Amino acid sequence: MPKRGNQPIQGELLQGTLDLLILKTLAIGPAHGHTIAHAIEQRSDEVLQVEHGSLYPALHRIEDRGWISSFWGTSENNRRARYYRLTPAGRRQLTAQTDRWDELVRAINRVLRPAEPTSD
Amino acid sequence: MGLTRFFRRSRWDDERRRELEAHLAIEIDEHVARGVPLDEARHAAYRKLGNPTLIREEIYHMNTIAFLDAAWRDLRYGARLLRLNPGFATVAILSLALGVGANTAIFQLLDAVRIRTLPVSNPEALMEVRIADTKGGRTGDFSGRRPSLTNPLWEQLRDHQQGFSNLFAWSGAQFNLTSGGEARYANGLWVSGDFFDTLRVPAVAGRVLTAADDRRGCAAPGAVISYGFWQREFAGNPAAVGQSLTLDGHPYDIVGVTPASFFGVEVGRTFDVAVPLCAEPLSRGERSGLDKPDVWFLAAIGRLKPDWTEARANAQLASVSGPIFQQTLPPHYRAEDAKHYLNFKLGAFPAGTGVSALRRNYESPLWMLLATTGLVLIIACANLANLMLARATAREREVAIRLAIGASRWRLVRQLLAESLLIALIGAAAGAVLAQWLSRFLVDFLATDGNRLFVDLSLDWRVFAFTLALAVATCFVFGLIPAVRATAASPGAAMKAGSRGVSDSRERFGLRRALVVLQVALSLVLVVGALLFVRSLRNLMTLDAGFRQDGLLIVGLDLRRAAIPPERRNAVNQEITERLRGLPGVAEASQAFVVPVSGSGWNNNIVVDGKKYSDNVNFNRVSPGYFRTMGTAILAGRDFDTHDAGSGGKVAIVNQAFVDKFFAGANPIGRTFQIDEGPGVPAPPYEIVGIVKDTKYSDLREPFGPIGFFAAAQEDKPDAFGQVVIHTRAPLATITSEVTSAVAQTNSSIVLQFQTMETQVRDSLLRERLMATLSGFFGALAALIATLGLYGVMSYMVARRRNEIGIRIALGAGRADVVRMIMREAAMLLGVGLLAGTGLAVAAARTAATLLFGLQPWDPSTLMFSAATLAIIAALASYLPAVRASRLEPTIALRDE
Repeated sequence: MPKRGNQPIQGELLQGTLDLLILKTLAIGPAHGHTIAHAIEQRSDEVLQVEHGSLYPALHRIEDRGWISSFWGTSENNRRARYYRLTPAGRRQLTAQTDRWDELVRAINRVLRPAEPTSD
Repeated sequence: MGLTRFFRRSRWDDERRRELEAHLAIEIDEHVARGVPLDEARHAAYRKLGNPTLIREEIYHMNTIAFLDAAWRDLRYGARLLRLNPGFATVAILSLALGVGANTAIFQLLDAVRIRTLPVSNPEALMEVRIADTKGGRTGDFSGRRPSLTNPLWEQLRDHQQGFSNLFAWSGAQFNLTSGGEARYANGLWVSGDFFDTLRVPAVAGRVLTAADDRRGCAAPGAVISYGFWQREFAGNPAAVGQSLTLDGHPYDIVGVTPASFFGVEVGRTFDVAVPLCAEPLSRGERSGLDKPDVWFLAAIGRLKPDWTEARANAQLASVSGPIFQQTLPPHYRAEDAKHYLNFKLGAFPAGTGVSALRRNYESPLWMLLATTGLVLIIACANLANLMLARATAREREVAIRLAIGASRWRLVRQLLAESLLIALIGAAAGAVLAQWLSRFLVDFLATDGNRLFVDLSLDWRVFAFTLALAVATCFVFGLIPAVRATAASPGAAMKAGSRGVSDSRERFGLRRALVVLQVALSLVLVVGALLFVRSLRNLMTLDAGFRQDGLLIVGLDLRRAAIPPERRNAVNQEITERLRGLPGVAEASQAFVVPVSGSGWNNNIVVDGKKYSDNVNFNRVSPGYFRTMGTAILAGRDFDTHDAGSGGKVAIVNQAFVDKFFAGANPIGRTFQIDEGPGVPAPPYEIVGIVKDTKYSDLREPFGPIGFFAAAQEDKPDAFGQVVIHTRAPLATITSEVTSAVAQTNSSIVLQFQTMETQVRDSLLRERLMATLSGFFGALAALIATLGLYGVMSYMVARRRNEIGIRIALGAGRADVVRMIMREAAMLLGVGLLAGTGLAVAAARTAATLLFGLQPWDPSTLMFSAATLAIIAALASYLPAVRASRLEPTIALRDE
């Protein structure tokens, strides 16, 4: 359940953000779709609700670009599941996209709070 | 996304299905672990994930080239529909195959004869050099298939031109391969030294001829043989190079073989052997044209220098023309001929596509046939469109339902079009196969014994593009309108109307009617055209040419190898004629210098009573009995006899047209005329001793013209070629062997050639026969398709109006009334179609006027007969549905639907 005051954000994720979150999640280690979704939700304190329906097309798209690869494995509770792992290209992509994200956030902040001096 | 992924997308989809199943299972496991009942857990999991099928579809679409995928599915759907309607599919594909096949075949010929360039390197730079404007006409002896230049002219041109890096002259010739008895000819070429250099044709074995081979007075020249001749005569043996070949009794050394693709510069022909121009006197003997300024037998082609343009080359040629013609003026020319000659200008004309007599004779008939087959294809398309419309109507409810549940209209149109495209592609493919057979048939049709044809029918990209364009165009013509129509109705209306149809919307019927009117109009055009061509041919075949056509055998005699001195030739010819006359089964035999309709001729101006006439008069030289042999009546005076010989008083027999023209119909017997010879040539007076009926001279199509006949025995310089015409009833095989042995008794080195007058006349009407046969076939085909179309539309209309007709009958309309009603309907369509067709037919026929003989393009009886024929077949075609309508049981008709 979302914590009070933190309305879940659903379907409003910026284009490409989901891809970044997936890459970040996989940076820790291989995981299957279900784990990825839950990891994102938990680490965002349930603010980011990953729509499971758009998770799989996103995974497919990223795999298609060669940033992640997939294999069949066995889940924690003994289910056959499809696991994804970050490829070296994906790791480079993660760094690049994270930088871009930071830049974007800074830029947006500069617009939103022009009076405040930039803290970094 | 790679193409491999596209083709393995179903395997991918299966992976996704398993992945999503696993996801759901894990999610459910977790819920259950938290104590949620299984049922609720499952619901929750599904709620969270959404529709797995939609997710899979989304991924599937990422994996696919959407357009290709949809197209492929549409095509498969179309194929399924076609399999379900084999009758429709057969009719549709067959009619398209015929239409596309005929079009492709004609186009293939046009491509080969008109459009394609010579198979040599950089053919665009080739230009033919000839006299740009032969105003006033040229005088002299003409031989070969392209007599553009004389040898003195060619030599001057070669030495004074500047615009061409290489330039050559050539002439077609027939070389006899045997040394006596019946001749066997090879297609030969006399070529000047630069021929192969200019065309840049290498040898596949040995070497080609070069300037070094072409030296005046060459005694044992080299010869280059074609690949085909090499294969045929030497079985492709490399040892052929270096062997000796006997042509017209003279030995030549084979020096090389040309590539298989090379056929010379004349489209429609190929050559067997090419020899240097300097060898021409070996074959022609005293008739050699190498030093005669009035023997026209050469044509010249050059390769433009890279930095020269056509205009510049023309300007240069024009600037040197004056001196060239001055230099080569034949000394004995009459003043007016000389004046014309000195005014001639040489010019260069693009020759990248080669030169061709076939092209000249058949280009416009071929374009006309292409138009004809195009019309047939349009008629077939209209028919198919009508069939598709009927099918679309039958599927109206299906389409309505699909529209109602959200199919996009464009998607449905695409699906319907896919079916049409499938028909069009299969039809076009079948047509392309058919075309190979048809075009070969056409070439065989146009080839005769005396005129062997070689047309390179190999497929090139133009033929493929043409066929593909036809397929796509036909598909859109017959598929698009019905598809757009079928999806135009609002679903609600369509479903309501479909459940209880009273009658179709007027608009849709209008389209079907318009299509039938179009079919009737176009098929009238084709039927009229066919009839005009057939009647032209009939007119030509039945006209009185003035001589008999059956039972005439023409024997060609070649005395060159027989070592007979010129002064003995008359006697030898006479002796042979007597021998042949004595053969069993031979009614009459006589010599003839020119045989009618053979293509050869001899003409000049004449002088009557000191007055010069500048109309050409045709001449012939014949022996006594010629008119009896030919079956030409002597109207007055006498035939030649044995006294008309030697150097006595020269006599002549003239025809009726001669008398009408030069003696105003008065009796000319005993009066004289002279041939208008040039200065220095004797022009003895000829005394007219007889008048004969008019005969055709060189062509059946020409009007009767004046002809003067001279006595063969009075010729001072008989040449080495003679002809004897035999009137016989004996079978051809018997008589030719008897003639051969009879001639051999006189001299066994005389070479013989046989031809029947029947064949000669038939061959001279080849173009007319081609047009009559093909247009007749297409006309009948068009009429058949249009009739089927009318029948289809009338049946369909009756079927759609069952209710209405049932009500009419129930309310007391008689059977005859119903028949009349339907027939009136058909008559209206027919009437409008015929009216429009008449206008079109007259307009179309006018473009073909030059191909007609003995009738006008607007020949009323032809028009009327064609319209009546179409009307009768069409009436029969609509009578059947009408009768079927009148037999409707009103109770049954009203109960249905």
